Amino acid sequence: MTNTENAKMDMVASKIMTTQQSVSAAMNPIDSLERQLRLTARDVTVHYGAKQALHGISIDIPDRAVTSFIGPSGCGKSTFLRCINRMNDTIEGARVGGTIKLDGEDIYDPSLDVVELRARIGMVFQKPNPFPKSIFDNVAYGPRIHGLAKSKADLEEIVVSSLRKAGLFEEVKDRLSEPGTGLSGGQQQRLCIARAIAVGPEVILMDEPCSALDPIATAIIEELIDELRENYTIVIVTHSMQQAARVSQKTAFFHLGNLIEHGDTEDIFTNPVNKQTQDYIMGRIG
Amino acid sequence: MTDQTAPAAKQPTQRTLQIRASLRRRHLSEQIFRIMGIIAICAALGFVALLFTDVLRKGIPAFHQATLHLDITFDPEIIGVDPAPVQIAGQSAADFNAAQLAWQRNVAMLNWNNVITAAMTEAAPEGFEIDSRALLAIPETNARHVVREAFVADPSLLGQTHRFDLLASANVDNWVKGNIDRSLDDSRQQLPADTRGLVDILVENGTITQDFAWGLFTNVDSRAAPASAGLAGAFMGSLYMMLVVIVLAVPIGVASAIYLEEFAPKSRLTDLIEVNINNLAAVPSIVFGLLGAAVFINFFGLPRSAPLVGGLVLTLMTLPTIIIATRAALQAVSPALRQAALGLGASKTQMVFHHVLPVTFPSILTATIIGVAQALGETAPLLLIGMNAFVASIPGSPVDQATALPVQIFLWQGNENRNFFEARTSAAIMVLLGLMILLNAVAIFLRTRLERRA
Ligand SMILES: Nc1ncnc2c1ncn2[C@@H]1O[C@H](COP(=O)(O)OP(=O)(O)OP(=O)(O)O)[C@@H](O)[C@H]1O
Ligand SMILES: [Mg+2]
Repeated sequence: MTNTENAKMDMVASKIMTTQQSVSAAMNPIDSLERQLRLTARDVTVHYGAKQALHGISIDIPDRAVTSFIGPSGCGKSTFLRCINRMNDTIEGARVGGTIKLDGEDIYDPSLDVVELRARIGMVFQKPNPFPKSIFDNVAYGPRIHGLAKSKADLEEIVVSSLRKAGLFEEVKDRLSEPGTGLSGGQQQRLCIARAIAVGPEVILMDEPCSALDPIATAIIEELIDELRENYTIVIVTHSMQQAARVSQKTAFFHLGNLIEHGDTEDIFTNPVNKQTQDYIMGRIG
Repeated sequence: MTDQTAPAAKQPTQRTLQIRASLRRRHLSEQIFRIMGIIAICAALGFVALLFTDVLRKGIPAFHQATLHLDITFDPEIIGVDPAPVQIAGQSAADFNAAQLAWQRNVAMLNWNNVITAAMTEAAPEGFEIDSRALLAIPETNARHVVREAFVADPSLLGQTHRFDLLASANVDNWVKGNIDRSLDDSRQQLPADTRGLVDILVENGTITQDFAWGLFTNVDSRAAPASAGLAGAFMGSLYMMLVVIVLAVPIGVASAIYLEEFAPKSRLTDLIEVNINNLAAVPSIVFGLLGAAVFINFFGLPRSAPLVGGLVLTLMTLPTIIIATRAALQAVSPALRQAALGLGASKTQMVFHHVLPVTFPSILTATIIGVAQALGETAPLLLIGMNAFVASIPGSPVDQATALPVQIFLWQGNENRNFFEARTSAAIMVLLGLMILLNAVAIFLRTRLERRA
């Protein structure tokens, strides 16, 4: 193992330590409390042209917890995720039915402003997609367009704290003016997370955020998700059973556009009710 | 190589042999393609080289022109004019002005050729017999205007001798440059025998030299004095048209491309518009000229031969190019960038102007500059809106009469004084090509600069 890899592992290890401390210090024993419902979806259907991609999905997503969506490729995980911040609106020919409520408010209400919704529900994409601008500008963009910073110092404060929360600050503090595209894949993905956090969203949607990353970068991001859970509602799509088991408290299993089963991650992984869920989990893990 | 020496090397299997056989075929086709490509490039480069050498060979001589260095004496006896009026005490300004105008009119009416003839006789060797007609064939016909203007500008020249650099006539230039067969007999020569003899002597003693032809750049076109014909008018005309195209075609083209690509709902109507724009790009440019004549001149009553109208016609012609190129550039932007912006809560307009446009800017810029360069070289539509008229002045505004560089080339190419204008035509082509190369260089420079910054 090379020196840099060693250093990275050390870093991950130290991060895990600090997280464990902070979790216990946060006095937020999530699992024992009744979680507040953040998002409620009822009978959500999606059509791409004539093709139906989702058949009536109903699910509740709790606050301050990580919910993971698993299921075979093409089952509609990304499609459902995109319903939550209305990114499907940008896809030509996509039609969404049913209702999704954020804190009791219908997000498909015509009077609701999508721009505001997306400021409340941030998204991190599968492939890191930093803007071809400086690291600083990447993070500052959201606060700028939403008018969140009153002064330059304010903005700097937001950028620095977002980068800190994303665990990237130490690595990039000396080169904030360099292009974000010049970072490594894992750093780019953390930059994208920092960019999403900077807007101060309530919910963060992540579509396979680690699929383009190596195990070390993945570990860092998973750690990060675990930390973020204290303050945000997180929904993550993943193909890795281990990842779902590691980071999420709730898991939902999709198959062919249907939500087959959802519940506490532990239950889903230890004794799934549904045969398909069982097969999928066993097939992947075993 | 090392594989074969390894002890584990074994007989190639049937499969490997098959692959090898197909490999040979593939390599062969690749080889053929490479050779064809090289041939194609060589052919293209060859033609370009041919074009350039031809243009340079013909055009370079035009940058030097036979110039006559004459000591002209403003002899009051020959000129026969009173000294310029001076304002006397008690004379009113109006009276003085009137006196001045009268004097100037008087000066203009004089036969200034007399002064030139005298100077020429002076320059000719002692005892060289030549009549004044033959003598006056040496300087270009505008020489008397040059001398008169110098005098009007500075009346104190009266009685003094001043050295003038006058253009020699086109025929003299041809003779000096050896464009004319010296063995032809008198009846087929442009210049009388005496004149030719004198020219040779003047060249010998340095009175006629080949000087750099600044007039090519500073003068306007001229028929009466072909040796003084220059590109200044056409150049300004082209510049004005370019300005009109840049001011109109670039914003309109880019804005419509952005609207069509990013904002317009996809419908029958937008499909129809798209097809029409693509077709418009293929419409022969002369058709745009007809349209321009019908719409801008006949309907809107804009002046003929004006760079404004030319610019409008070229704008119509360039718009499809710019729209298509801009749309292609916008389409090439990765969806990930758009999603990133939208996912953060940027509105569509913010997404376009903050993220999509900055990355596409270099390509849009290159496309527009190339579109403008194309417009600059366009001739056919300009002929139909009267820009091939002979205009002997530099246009002061886009609504003044003017011609354009490519049209000037076309006009000179058709000039009856072939011997002289062949070189001028090629020189004009060089100027136009130089302008094109400059524009393209700017495009490349901006592109690399912007791309490095992005
Ligand atoms: N833009 C689109 N246009 C048409 N069909 C689409 C589009 N996006 C997704 N689909 C279809 O909808 C279905 C669900 O796709 P989705 O991307 O949600 O799957 P997924 O579960 O995220 O798969 P993966 O794990 O491979 O990312 C698929 O059958 C897919 O072909
Ligand atoms: Mg997906």
